[in-house]
Amino acid sequence: MTTRQVAEEPLIEVQGICKNFGAVQALRNINLRLMPGEILGLVGDNGAGKSTLVKVLNGACIPEEGKIFFEGNPVHFDSPLDSRAKGIEMIYQDFALVECLDITGNIFLGKEQTAGLFGPLLRLLLRRQMDKEAQITLEGLGIQVKNLKIKVKNLSGGERQLVAVARGMQFQPKLFIMDEPTANLSVSKIEALLKLEKDLKNKGVSVIIISHRLEDIFAVADRIVVLWRGRNVGEVIPSEGATMEDIVHLMMFGTREKSTKEAQR
Amino acid sequence: MKTDTRELIPNPIENEEVVIGVGNRAKSFLGKFNARDVALIAVLIGMSVYFTAQSQYFFQTNNLLNIARSAAVNGIVAAGETMVLISGGLDLSISSVMAAAGMVTAASIHLGLPPYLAIVVGLAFGAIVGFINGIIITKMRINPLITTLATMAIIRGYCYVVNNGLSFPIGNETFRSLGLGKIFDIPKPAILLIIVFVIVYLILRYTQFGRYVYAIGGNANSCRLCGLNVDRWRLVTYILCGVCAAFGGIVLTAIAGTAIPNSALGYELVVISAVILGGTSLAGGEGSVLGTLLPMIVISTVANGMTILEYPVYWQQIIQGFILLVAVLIDAVQTGGWK
Repeated sequence: MTTRQVAEEPLIEVQGICKNFGAVQALRNINLRLMPGEILGLVGDNGAGKSTLVKVLNGACIPEEGKIFFEGNPVHFDSPLDSRAKGIEMIYQDFALVECLDITGNIFLGKEQTAGLFGPLLRLLLRRQMDKEAQITLEGLGIQVKNLKIKVKNLSGGERQLVAVARGMQFQPKLFIMDEPTANLSVSKIEALLKLEKDLKNKGVSVIIISHRLEDIFAVADRIVVLWRGRNVGEVIPSEGATMEDIVHLMMFGTREKSTKEAQR
Repeated sequence: MKTDTRELIPNPIENEEVVIGVGNRAKSFLGKFNARDVALIAVLIGMSVYFTAQSQYFFQTNNLLNIARSAAVNGIVAAGETMVLISGGLDLSISSVMAAAGMVTAASIHLGLPPYLAIVVGLAFGAIVGFINGIIITKMRINPLITTLATMAIIRGYCYVVNNGLSFPIGNETFRSLGLGKIFDIPKPAILLIIVFVIVYLILRYTQFGRYVYAIGGNANSCRLCGLNVDRWRLVTYILCGVCAAFGGIVLTAIAGTAIPNSALGYELVVISAVILGGTSLAGGEGSVLGTLLPMIVISTVANGMTILEYPVYWQQIIQGFILLVAVLIDAVQTGGWK
């Protein structure tokens, strides 16, 4: 990290986040900061708390303890709508699409463009305008859509993923969170998605990626944070010569390899 | 700094054209005219021919008006139920709300309220019941089937409480014209039905609320992740359903000229059958209010014919039950639940 970046204000910072599900401590005292234009990889074994952490960041989960600062200001997200208003978009593992709605309907779900009729009571959908905007976004992603009126249930897994990506891109996010974004994609589309992530970075957009495919994360991430049983057990910086073995060891045992070896001696 | 990231990003998917939506054309209006509608029209014509052959009273203007009125009353109620079912809910309490709204409106008229104000009181009663249903279902997370089964019993009991189990005859001409009056030879209930259907159709198709009704019925969890206040919108559907049920009950009372505590008994069966036969899925997310109209006419015609041919009431019940079963089976086949 250069000195310039250190001086810069983090886009988002969390301090002491704790989240319990009943007796299970999903997150224990998590601290994390993310700079503008930084790509952060988030890895960990199943149940390590990756998905819960990003849900806390976007308001889908409300933590018991801890603070979130966005662009230096303390924020409190009660719902994904709050975080979306600040410029945080997320692609969920299962895409969170509604199958019975068409492509445009899904892209704009929760953020429809409307015209008030009788005030806020009845909001008319501006369908044509939304179709036009969705078309621009999809074309920007290199996706040609013959018919925006097609329902999502008629799309393949990969196509659905592209719709989910388009939904995130539609609102020009400052922070783009992707939970297992490559799970349903073919190899060529994975390449395209990784390129998209780098493009986003160049535009100053921060990205958080959760993935089981460590090679994907290594290809794009500036920094990799490892979660282990709800704890942040370490950071790895690929450009500083870290290897996948380091990460795997952290993921499995929650400690760095060296220290474990020392402990064994 | 706000940049339009969409324009700045070059095509990330080079050497490959991704095309979505090939070979899937949106259905035209005529394309929606499916096998189910054809079957319903065939049943309607077949039953009409049979009833006409069996009874000289069936195909007479007065009787056809009767069918139109009963279809209108049930259709008004069905419009609300359609919204609830599309959003993935269920409301069984509609029949009790119909009777109770009639009783409340009649009682208000007896207390000296002007008829239109009495109607507003009846509609407000429906809204309150819908609100209570919705709160129990969304906030306390009780299954809608059980919740509305309970309120169905409670509200039905209340109908008897209003006037110690007795009926309320209403002589008020203004009020009765709501049920018996005509505009351009069309019975007023049919006109009211058209108004209610057009309003509900426009709401479902062109408003943000309508979009959310479908979205929540399709996948409530996805809606939550997108930041929708799912509970609030569900609550609104139950309130609107209560208002529609109350309105139907008020029109029924105006037709009958008496508010009867045990009127509309079992109408939830008829209404839900028609809504499901009209293509609205029990699982939610699919359906339209326009689809409800044709099955409502068919069911009303069959019920009327059976009454004219003096079929015993218990046989009518058996047949109504079968109609609901057939409707649910068709829905199961279409949504892939059939194994």
